[in-house]
Amino acid sequence: MKKFFSRFYITIIFIFLYAPIATLIVLSFNKSKTRAKWGGFTTKWYVELFENEVILEALQNTLLLALLSALIATVIGTAACIAINHMHRAWRTFFMGVTNIPMLNADIVTGISLMLLYLSFGMSFGFTTILLAHITFNIPYVILSVMPKMKQLNKHTYEAAMDLGAGPVYAFFRVVFPDLLPGIFTGFLMAFTMSLDDFIITHFTKGPGVDTLSTKIYTELKKGIKPEMYALSTIIFVAVLVLLIIINKAPAKKETGREL
Amino acid sequence: MSNKLINLSGINKSFDGTMVLDDLNLYIRENEFLTLLGPSGCGKTTTLRIIGGFETPDSGQVFFNGEDITNVPPNKRQLNTVFQKYALFTHMNIAENIAFGLKIKNKSKSYIDDKIKYALKLVNLDGYEKRMPHQLSGGQQQRIAIARAIVNEPKVLLLDEPLGALDLKLRQDMQYELIRLKNELGITFIYVTHDQEEALTMSDTIVVMNQGYIQQIGTPEMIYNEPENAFVADFIGESNIIDATMIKDELVSFLGCKWACVDKGFGNNKPVDVVIRPEDIVLKESGQGTLDGEVTHVIFKGVHYEMEVMAGGYEWLVHSTSMFPVGTKVSISVDPFNIQIMNKPESEDEEATRIEE
Amino acid sequence: MKNKRNLLAGPYLVWSVAFIIIPLIMVFYYGFIDRDGAFTLENIMAIASPEHSKALWISIRLSLISTVICFLLAYPLAMILANMSVNQNQFIVLVFILPMWMNFLLRTLAWQTLLEKNGVINSVLKFLSLPTINIINTEAAIILGMVYNFLPFMVLPIYNSLARMDHDVINAARDLGANNVQTFLRIIFPLSIPGVVSGVTMVFVPALTTFVISAILGGSKILLIGNVIEQEFTQASNWNLGSGLSIVLMIFIIISMVISSILDKDGEGNML
Repeated sequence: MKKFFSRFYITIIFIFLYAPIATLIVLSFNKSKTRAKWGGFTTKWYVELFENEVILEALQNTLLLALLSALIATVIGTAACIAINHMHRAWRTFFMGVTNIPMLNADIVTGISLMLLYLSFGMSFGFTTILLAHITFNIPYVILSVMPKMKQLNKHTYEAAMDLGAGPVYAFFRVVFPDLLPGIFTGFLMAFTMSLDDFIITHFTKGPGVDTLSTKIYTELKKGIKPEMYALSTIIFVAVLVLLIIINKAPAKKETGREL
Repeated sequence: MSNKLINLSGINKSFDGTMVLDDLNLYIRENEFLTLLGPSGCGKTTTLRIIGGFETPDSGQVFFNGEDITNVPPNKRQLNTVFQKYALFTHMNIAENIAFGLKIKNKSKSYIDDKIKYALKLVNLDGYEKRMPHQLSGGQQQRIAIARAIVNEPKVLLLDEPLGALDLKLRQDMQYELIRLKNELGITFIYVTHDQEEALTMSDTIVVMNQGYIQQIGTPEMIYNEPENAFVADFIGESNIIDATMIKDELVSFLGCKWACVDKGFGNNKPVDVVIRPEDIVLKESGQGTLDGEVTHVIFKGVHYEMEVMAGGYEWLVHSTSMFPVGTKVSISVDPFNIQIMNKPESEDEEATRIEE
Repeated sequence: MKNKRNLLAGPYLVWSVAFIIIPLIMVFYYGFIDRDGAFTLENIMAIASPEHSKALWISIRLSLISTVICFLLAYPLAMILANMSVNQNQFIVLVFILPMWMNFLLRTLAWQTLLEKNGVINSVLKFLSLPTINIINTEAAIILGMVYNFLPFMVLPIYNSLARMDHDVINAARDLGANNVQTFLRIIFPLSIPGVVSGVTMVFVPALTTFVISAILGGSKILLIGNVIEQEFTQASNWNLGSGLSIVLMIFIIISMVISSILDKDGEGNML
């Protein structure tokens, strides 16, 4: 009975979460150009997608931004973690406090604050301003993923490596870095995802002529979304889904034995 | 048999297809300090959790005072548990932790306050009411966990390796505390541990378990002096376990010699195992004992010397207060009373023999 | 050696000052001056004007309602997930994160299609001869959009705090005589409060400040405070007024942060 209720509840929530996604996938095969009615099955939007240069450019911008901002944020964030972990309490509190600001503040405030910065310094809005903004909100995700791993580190392995004659840099890369790697990887992935999904901050920091998928969709909201957009999101969604299934199917780690 | 307070009958339990308890039968008398002893994975904790109601056996029954409580949830059982890592409620202070069970039972405030005072005094932590669990040391948290359990006046207290996380000195102190508590409260303790010394020190009865089977049940003296099989002999204390043949009653042969013993009823010319405790071996001058050999190692251990003696192709472990230097020719002699004969396991499976009472 | 290591934080120090701290100071600076650069409180006081205070009030109301709904939906869900076996729940947790990979503007837009007068949901309701719903371009649709978009932010921290709970603590409560309801009310729920608090702020703040969900699902009729600020920046180009209103918004964010840090002293409820 309890089990039945659990399954029922999960199913309801599942439908709630995936109904819009199913809708979008269906729309990507809709012959009619409007969302309102079904005009028959077609795959032509998938073909036209690859001829629509505006969308492809937005896609390229989006991916490039996500990749660059995640990479730079990962480097800056990881380096900062190594230093912060050994700092005095006051400095550590300062850094962690600063890190929390973009996490906790509203995106709209982060967006307009950066916009005001760029305006005040007379920077021209374009790809660079978006990139700087994305790096800014990505660094905290890296730090918050790497920091816990940093704290779990066994200090003595580093000391043991030094004791066995390794220099500090060598000891770091051979002994400490491998332990941090899962955290760094998670941080990178989160940063990439956040950048990919961002609309609000990009909206305030972009210039005319540069668009990401999100901002492109936003401008199309009033005119009507091009069906190629549905096709593209369907492709992205299915790609991620397949990737996740592959990762999940990979042999799971053995559970640690417990005292019986 | 009216004093069987708890009776486990034909308990089977497996997790994910791994058999953890195999047809376990055990009873616990009223007012007994009973210890479940064994290596990790032997099923001792599972047994305790079945008594506590946190696991349900796949088959078999649990009786409490003659009443079947197999499917009674933990909150309806007249026993309380002290958990391995204390499991204190971190969001409540000490007084609230101790009062938890009493508040559930809607006891009056004055009754609860008296009980908290009494319990804290009992575990030597008067005045700790307002502290939070994280402000206490491991040993103090342990005492609070005990106080929280005993204010409910359970008939039985279940303790799951309660001293496991404490350091050696504290552990020894707590052993005496627990014995004192048990005597003051006059209730039954069921104690789980893998530490044989703890078991020998505190228990009235020890149940040695391995691989889901009970190996031996008995008083600490019986378990130590008369282990029923090689597992028990090896797990409890140090011992010399030697392949032997029972020639006839009261005569056994091993390492090429014949030895007098006191055991009977093993049959004639039957293969057996012999256990001899290191402190029961008497070293004499060469030629004066049963088996000649040579001392190969000596270590000073404080109360005694630990020596290894090569004799009859076997490396004997010997504890003695008198020291023989390495290279000394000695002769081994054992009082017939101290030669313990055990049946050999008949198959691999029998390694974990069930001993019928 | 030690000083060299501290240098590694240098880039982040520079970055955070340049792109986090200075920009925030700029917001305050612009918020307290008028177009000629003279000090003024007018931009802050503008919140008292009927249209702005109405927008703020609607924002607070809708975000509070959606936070409560998110909590009511998420808590049982998190409990069910936390009680599942390890292998299963990893997969299920992924299932709840997966939708985030489809652009959130499009997902929200899809609700338009679902909710429209002759949309999917009403067609199904009609087919079942049930009364149809007409909530598109109403506050109800905005609440639905908020709940839809922010539900995972409520589920994950609560799930984490429940999954991390020592099972023996729950066993101890049962052992001491508490039944299921008592165990939940006195032990499980109080111990999960850090997760709940974290979830509440993670839903409340973006819901309070959104301008996209209301733009898509509320038609142009319902303005939230986020819409007002966005318009001041992108259409009216009155940065001073926009900054002033943002400062007011930040006050509300800070209030919710303070409440959450009081309730979750150890920061246990973090998502990561």
